[in-house]
Amino acid sequence: MALLDASFAALADPTRRGVLEQLGSADASITELADKFHMTLTGMKKHVGVLEQAGLVTTEKVGRVRTCRLGRRGLEDEAAWIEGRRRIWNERFEALDVVVEALKRKEQRDGR
Amino acid sequence: MGDRKSSGRTVVERRSELELVVTRTFDAPVRLVFEAWTKPELFKLWWPPKSNPVPLLSCEMDVRTGGGYRLTFGQDAANGMAFFGKYLEVTPPSRLVWSNDESGEAGAVTTVTFEDLDGRTRVVLQELYPSKQALDEAFVGMEDALPEQFEQLDALLVTLGASV
Repeated sequence: MALLDASFAALADPTRRGVLEQLGSADASITELADKFHMTLTGMKKHVGVLEQAGLVTTEKVGRVRTCRLGRRGLEDEAAWIEGRRRIWNERFEALDVVVEALKRKEQRDGR
Repeated sequence: MGDRKSSGRTVVERRSELELVVTRTFDAPVRLVFEAWTKPELFKLWWPPKSNPVPLLSCEMDVRTGGGYRLTFGQDAANGMAFFGKYLEVTPPSRLVWSNDESGEAGAVTTVTFEDLDGRTRVVLQELYPSKQALDEAFVGMEDALPEQFEQLDALLVTLGASV
């Protein structure tokens, strides 16, 4: 679960969300990401490090270039976490909708 | 976003490490929505998630500040699983706060607010956990018990939906 906490912390930052979005369309080197987000190489390395620790991104160094790509697992865990909760609450609230609708109709029938 | 009138969308957000917030708007006045949360005969109609295969055996609710509640799920009383706690605040028709004591120290405090939006009701439910770990574990416990049944039911519902 520590990974999950790290994921949420990682996603709290807009640059890091941007990086994930970017990597969703294509792998990129740290230099490319730094250019794209108008940051220093050091700044981008930090962000990528946080994403990597959370399992959201993996990196691989080939020669002098470190390539970043989306790490599958982290995102799936987190999506599943929220999705499970959303499902339960949605089921409850769909049913509650029916209940309040019935109460409303009953009131109208009883002429309030 | 167009048709949010009759049944709003359920929005679930983890607002912080300790907090889960669920929001939805209902097309009924606050008074009626509040009633559905505070009368056991109504509450038990909608609270047990439909995909939960374990039936609700009993539902006792003493809805006043300091009053207790107890929900028991199970096939029979001997193998029941109880959810219980206390109403920490009851302010009709706008606010309910209750504790979730079945997990002891790790239990969340649930706060529900009911807000009037021109005759409709916006419900905001917040679960505040004492620690990150408690939030994660509360969720894992619940999910671990059910994922297969969920999937089976999903499949069944899809089949049923397609054949109707």
